[in-house]
Amino acid sequence: MRLKDLVGLSVGALRAQRLRSLLTALGIAVGVAAVVLLTSIGEGVHRFVLAEFTQFGTNLLAVVPGKTATFGVSGGIISTVRPLSLSDAAALARINGVVGAVPVVQGNALVQAARRGRRAFVFGVGPEAPAVWKINVTTGQFLPADDQGSARAFVVLGSKLRDELFGRENPLGQRIRVGGDRYRVIGVMASKGQFLGFDLDDAVYLPAAKALELFNRESLMEIDLLYEPNASLDRLVADVKRLLISRHGHEDFTIITQKQMLDVLSSILNVLTLAVGALGGISLLVGGVGVLTIMTIAVSERTAEIGLLRALGAEKGQIVKLFLGEAVVLAGIGGLAGLVLGVGLAQILTTIVPAMPVRTSWGYVVVGELLALVVGLAAGVLPARRAAELDPLEALRAE
Amino acid sequence: MIRLEAIRREFQVGGEPVHALNGVSLTVERGEYLSIMGPSGSGKSTLLHIIGLLDRPTAGRYWLAGRNVTGLSDQERALIRREKIGFVFQLFHLVPRLTAAQNIELPLTLDGLPPEKRTDRVQSILAAYGLAARARHLPNQLSGGERQRVAIARAAVTRPEILLADEPTGNLDRASGREVIELLERLNHEGLTLILVTHDPELGSRARCRLQMRDGCLLADGEAR
Repeated sequence: MRLKDLVGLSVGALRAQRLRSLLTALGIAVGVAAVVLLTSIGEGVHRFVLAEFTQFGTNLLAVVPGKTATFGVSGGIISTVRPLSLSDAAALARINGVVGAVPVVQGNALVQAARRGRRAFVFGVGPEAPAVWKINVTTGQFLPADDQGSARAFVVLGSKLRDELFGRENPLGQRIRVGGDRYRVIGVMASKGQFLGFDLDDAVYLPAAKALELFNRESLMEIDLLYEPNASLDRLVADVKRLLISRHGHEDFTIITQKQMLDVLSSILNVLTLAVGALGGISLLVGGVGVLTIMTIAVSERTAEIGLLRALGAEKGQIVKLFLGEAVVLAGIGGLAGLVLGVGLAQILTTIVPAMPVRTSWGYVVVGELLALVVGLAAGVLPARRAAELDPLEALRAE
Repeated sequence: MIRLEAIRREFQVGGEPVHALNGVSLTVERGEYLSIMGPSGSGKSTLLHIIGLLDRPTAGRYWLAGRNVTGLSDQERALIRREKIGFVFQLFHLVPRLTAAQNIELPLTLDGLPPEKRTDRVQSILAAYGLAARARHLPNQLSGGERQRVAIARAAVTRPEILLADEPTGNLDRASGREVIELLERLNHEGLTLILVTHDPELGSRARCRLQMRDGCLLADGEAR
């Protein structure tokens, strides 16, 4: 039997029971639509979260004080942690392959201009922060490359803070107070938006040394390194480790690479997407039960026809193919309808709730349709085998 | 063409063995026109089914065209049915959702013949049987006589060597019954071996060779043993 004839006969048999076939296909369609819609949401969340984390670039490496991932007694009694210093940052910047090193001190302080004041994030950073974090200066310039020990009291404003403090006025050259100390505004950053709910535009950037004074801190919270895209990450991590151990005496710091973090995050999010996809798969399974039911009914209704086909010389295998073909075509059509439904719903969702990250992944769409075909195949096996195993004579007598 | 030797067929009905065929031996030559008559339950349909390889004998041997087909597998028997044997049933057994032409085409489709060859064969047989105008009709839009002619066309379209008809006129009025039997006889004239099962003596007496059956045994009449 030719494949085209097989499909033709299957479609013909399904068309003969139009309403019934439609309803059964609908069951599969709902299942596939659920798979497509849920994985679209999962994929959307995935991309959203990764985009949040990669907006600072991917060739990043952070050094934080304290050795984590160790076990044992709390270090509260005797702390041998030697804090990260500005000179550590300067030393790290000289490692081969490192493009820039940014010492980081973070906090929150009252920022006062001539007429208005506001609490804002304070980032104590080095002059290389724009390059490392991929943020741009719109007006003026970023912090100059002063010697960190004697950094001048300059600040750069986030775009929102600038609007709040100065409105339409030109802030360049204006004097402001940050936590009581006086600073001169030398630049304004481009808008960067939010990161996990933090408004990065509602911030001031000032030299790390000044920030240490401001917050009465001895040490840095973090040192961020930007490395060359083609540099070997493993070698770099080893170099950083060796340098800091030679400076500190032992390993009292932790290196976190952006790549590592993204990999972990990505795999967590993938599992999440698969999990919600599996939830959709349950309804697809229910649709499969519908196909099984209808095919079982079809076999008993068409027993005489099966007998006839056997008398005409159809082999058991051909009977199996005919009924399997019917189940697969039914599920396939339902699956296609489900794809259209699912993708449509995802589009509508994006339109109605633009904040909702929905992203249809074509990989999952293909998987959805394949899954529908597999469900159809699985649901068709039992009825088709039953049809093939019928005794031709008994089948012929059924009317 | 067909040689049966001591064919027996037993069924279990409610735990009791029933002897449908009780040692039937029979030889049918190529191009023969044979009628098997007898009351219902005499085993004539069972004999037809065994000849048509739809049923297996409990004991005995069967040669078809010189080949021992007694112990063949299901698949091998299906192949022989497809190539050598045509069936015509009392209840026509047309597929209700297929048109007359599609019903006739069905065995060729199962055989995997290319579509253009199938169409040619179906068209010529439709024309030959006076059914050309009915090609696109569904079975329920056809008269009983037309349905049986479609069924005969379906049996003959594969150009089999043997045509087995089980009460082919049983559900028809006399006029269409005569048309159907004349069509079958025409096929026999063209060389087909025709075996007709009926309980109608008038119909059975038209055959060149007539057999009577009683309680699973043949009562010889005519040339056959």
